[in-house]
Amino acid sequence: MNIGIIVFPGTWSDRDCEFALSSFKNVKTSFIWHKESIPKNIDAVILPGGFSHGDHLRAGAIAQFSVVMKDVFQLNEKGKPIIGICNGFQILCEAGILPGALIRNKDLKFNCSFVNLKFNDSKKFTSLIPNNKILKIPISHGEGNYQADLSTLNMLQENDQIAFQYCSESGMISDDVNPNGSLNNIAGIYNKNGNVLGMMPHPERSCSPDLGSEDGNLIFKSMIKSF
Amino acid sequence: MIDRKLLKEIALSESEYLDICELLNREPSSLELGLFGALWSEHCGYKHTKLLLKKLPNKSSKVLSEMGKENAGVLDVGNGIKIVMKVESHNHPSAIEPKEGAATGVGGIVRDIFAMGAYPIAILNSLRFGPQNIPRNKYLLNGVVEGISTYGNCLGIPDVGGEIEFEECYTTNPLVNAMCVGIIENKSPILNAKADKAGDLAILVGSDTGRDGIHGASGLASQSLEEGSDSRSAVQVGNPFLEKVLLESCLISAKMEGIIGMQDLGAAGLTSSVIEVAEKSNLGIELNLDKVHLKENAMTPYEIMLSESQERMLIIVDPVKEERFLKFFKDRDLKANTIGEFIKPKIVKIKYKGNEILNTPVKILTDAPAYELSDKKPRWIDNVQRYIPVKNKISDMNKILESLLKSPNISSKKEVYSQFDHQVQLNTIILPGEADAAVLRLKKDNQAISISIDCDSKKCYLDPEVGASMAVAEACRNIVCTGARPIGLTDGLNMGNPEKMDVQYQITRTIEGLRKACLKFEIPIISGNVSLYNESNEKPIFPTPIIGAIGHIDDYSKVVTASFKSSGDKIIVIGEKLIKDDENLLSGSEYQKIFENKLSGSPYVDLNKEFNLQNSLIEIIDNELINSAHDVSTGGISIAIAESCILGNIGSDILLDGINKKSIYFGENRSAIIVSCNPKKSAEIIKIAKKHNINSKEIGVVTGNKLIINGDICIKVERLKSIFYNQSD
Repeated sequence: MNIGIIVFPGTWSDRDCEFALSSFKNVKTSFIWHKESIPKNIDAVILPGGFSHGDHLRAGAIAQFSVVMKDVFQLNEKGKPIIGICNGFQILCEAGILPGALIRNKDLKFNCSFVNLKFNDSKKFTSLIPNNKILKIPISHGEGNYQADLSTLNMLQENDQIAFQYCSESGMISDDVNPNGSLNNIAGIYNKNGNVLGMMPHPERSCSPDLGSEDGNLIFKSMIKSF
Repeated sequence: MIDRKLLKEIALSESEYLDICELLNREPSSLELGLFGALWSEHCGYKHTKLLLKKLPNKSSKVLSEMGKENAGVLDVGNGIKIVMKVESHNHPSAIEPKEGAATGVGGIVRDIFAMGAYPIAILNSLRFGPQNIPRNKYLLNGVVEGISTYGNCLGIPDVGGEIEFEECYTTNPLVNAMCVGIIENKSPILNAKADKAGDLAILVGSDTGRDGIHGASGLASQSLEEGSDSRSAVQVGNPFLEKVLLESCLISAKMEGIIGMQDLGAAGLTSSVIEVAEKSNLGIELNLDKVHLKENAMTPYEIMLSESQERMLIIVDPVKEERFLKFFKDRDLKANTIGEFIKPKIVKIKYKGNEILNTPVKILTDAPAYELSDKKPRWIDNVQRYIPVKNKISDMNKILESLLKSPNISSKKEVYSQFDHQVQLNTIILPGEADAAVLRLKKDNQAISISIDCDSKKCYLDPEVGASMAVAEACRNIVCTGARPIGLTDGLNMGNPEKMDVQYQITRTIEGLRKACLKFEIPIISGNVSLYNESNEKPIFPTPIIGAIGHIDDYSKVVTASFKSSGDKIIVIGEKLIKDDENLLSGSEYQKIFENKLSGSPYVDLNKEFNLQNSLIEIIDNELINSAHDVSTGGISIAIAESCILGNIGSDILLDGINKKSIYFGENRSAIIVSCNPKKSAEIIKIAKKHNINSKEIGVVTGNKLIINGDICIKVERLKSIFYNQSD
C-alpha cells in the first residue's frame, strides 16, 4: 500500500506517522507538500497532527483551502482510506468531509496524556482489533472538544459512524473520563461510507512498547489489510 | 554632553560612557550609543561574570565546542550522533508579560539550537514563582505555563521535564529558564555562527523587523525591574507558527551547498547577531538597512538595529549561491533579503538611504568592560548559617509528612506538564513524573539520553557555594537514577543586582561551587546563561544556579523509573548505613521552611561521596539489579519513599533507626538513593556499593497498601495519592 502523508506548514506529526508506518512490510510512505497534488499511485492518505497554518483563524480553517485538498476530495469519492489525526481531523471537519466541529477543550487547557478508548467493531479501520479491547492511545490537543447539532448526532448514531469514545480502563463511558468535553465522549468518527476516519488521539504515538502502548498500530494494521 | 536619562534607558554608567568616548576618541553618535548599550549590556557583554565564568571547566573528550564560542554547546555521544544543548532565561519579560515572555523564551532557546544545524528534540523548563496566595504570582504562573504550552506545542518539540519551586523571594520576579536539546545525526557537521571570508553575504530570514522589544537586552534584562514602570513594549510577541516554518526551512538550508554559517537574532537583535558574527570571523561588515524588511515604514536606523522582533535568523552564504538561497526561502513563504556583506577591514559600516551613517571598529563595540566582584562574606550570611533549632509542638509524623507532600514544592506538577506536549517525535520513553529525569531514545541502536534540570534555591540562600555544588550533584544524581552516565551540563545563573556587595559574594561563591563540583564529577559545563538584577521588593532573589544535565545510556532496555514495582521487593538506601540524624540535615529543608518559618544552618554535601554514590548506582543499574531508583531530595527520606509508593500504587514497610526523628524522616542534606530490588539481588547491590566505598542498608520491603515507617508513620497509599495529586482539600 502506498500511503501519502500530507504536510502543511505547521504540521508536526508527519515524521511520527512515517516512523510508525515504517514497521509495516509492503507499505511505502511519502510526504506530500500542501501545494502539490497527490500522485496517482497513492492508495491512502493521512492528514497528520500539528498546527497547520498556526491554527490561525480556527484549527484547520486555512488548510482546507490548500491545493492538495482537491485531491483529497477526489480520493474520498473513490472510497480510498483517509485518516485525519488530531489537526488532520480538524481539517476534515472544516472541509466538510466529516460532520461536526472541534472546539476548545472544556477547561481551555491543552491536554497531553494517555486516554482509554472504546472502539466501533464493525469497521474496516478496526477489523483486526479483538472485540471488547480497550485501546490505550495518547491525546495531545487544545481543541479536541467534538460538537455537533442534534440531527448530526442522530445521524452519526443511526449510521454507526462513531469510531471511538473516551472511556475508563474498564470501558465505562462517563464525564469523569472525558478529557475535553466532547459530545457523548466522542474521540473519533467516520464518514457515512466508512472510508474516512477522523480521530483526536494519536495512533502513531502508540506504536511501540517503548512508548507505553502498541494499540495505535492495530488501527494502521487494520487499514492496510482491509482496504 | 552626557544625557543621564538616555544612559539609564540603555543601562550604561557614566564611567562606561567616558570609556567609550576615550576608545572612540570622540563622543558616540546616538546610533553608536544604542549599539554600545546593547553590546555592553549585562545580557550580551557579561560584564559582571565573564572573568568568573572563565574558571568553569568546559572541556572533556566528548565536548566539540567550547562554552561561549557558539550559540550552544555540543557533545559527541558516538555513533555519528552529536547532542547540542543550552539553557536560557527570560525572567524580566515574563515578569512583565508572562505569556509572551515565556513563549519568546522558548522561541529564543530553540533558535539557538537549530542555528547550529541541530534538530531540537526536547525542551525542559525550570520555573520559580512567589507564593500562590498572592494573586499576581498566580497570574504569573498561569501566564508562563500558557506561554510555554502555546509556543512549544506548536513547534512539535516535546517538553519532557522540568521543575518548579515556590518561594517568597520570587514574588513579582519569577524565573523562567528554558533548556533545549538538539541532535545532529549521520555525522553531519556543526554549523558555526561565522563567515569564511570577505564577500560572504548575510541574509536576514523570517519575520519583519518591528518596534517590538527595543531595549530588551539593555533596558529590561540588565537592570532591576522598577515598581509600576510600564515596559511592556520591551517584551516581544511570539509567532510560533512562523518559528516552526523557519525551523524546518533553516535546517534544510543548513544542508544546501553554499551555506557557511547561521546565527539567530535574539537579545539586541541585528546588533548583537551581525556584529558578533563579524567579530568571531575576524572580519568587518557592511550593512544596508534599506534591505531589512520592516513591519512599519517610518522606523529609524536605531530602531531597526535594536529591534528584538522574534522569529528572525541570519544565514551566512557564499555569494555565488545567493540567488538559490533567496529563492528557496521565498518558495517556503518566508521573507529573505541580503542585508549585508562581510568585509576585510574590521569595521561595522551601516548604510541607510544611500548614506553611510555609522563607521565604527568591531573591536571597540564588542570589547565590553569586565568587572571584578567582591568575595567578602556578608555578615548576614554568617548569621543565617548558625543553625537555630526551633521547638514546635507538632509531633505527629503523619501530619508532617502529609503537609510536606501537599507543599507545592513537592506535590505533583501534573497540572502543569499535562499542558505540554511531551510525546511528539516518538522518543520519550520515560514520561514526565515517572522518574527523576526524562529519558529519550535516539532511534539508533539502543542508545538513549537522560535529561534533568535542577536547583534547590533554599540551600543556595544559606550557602551559595555548597548550594551550587548541590545543584550539580542533584542534576547528575537525577539522571544517574535512570541509569545514565552524566556527560555534560548547561548552567543558568539567576542572581540579584551585581552592584550590591552581598550579591557579588553570592555570584562569586556560586561559580566556585559549580567549579568544584564539575572538577570532582569530571563533567564539563558546555553552555550557559546569566541573568542578573532579579529582585523582589528590592531584595535579591535566592541565588538560583539552575543546572541542566544530560547523560548517556547505551541500552535503554535497562532504564529504571522511580516507582516501586512488586510486593516483596526489598528497599535499600544506598549512601548510608547508619541513617544520619543530626539536626543540620534540616538546614534549608522544606520541613524547616514550613514548620520553623525560618531558614538557618549550613547545608552540606560531600562531593567525593556523591561521586562514588553515583558511580555505584550506574554500575548497579547496568547489571540490572534493581527495579526502582529515586533520590532523596526535597522532603527527605520519608518523602522519597512516599513518592515511590504513590507512583507504584503500592505500600511499603520501613524501619529506620535513630534518635532525632525529624532529621531522619525529613532531613535533606544527604547523598542517598532509595532503590527497590528482588530480594535475591540485595547482597550483590550492597557489594557493588561497598566496592565504590559507599555504605548501604536494607530498610524495608515493598508490601501492602500503606506506607509504614517505624511506629511513627502509617498512611494509606490512596490517601498519599490524593494529597500528592491535589485531589483532596
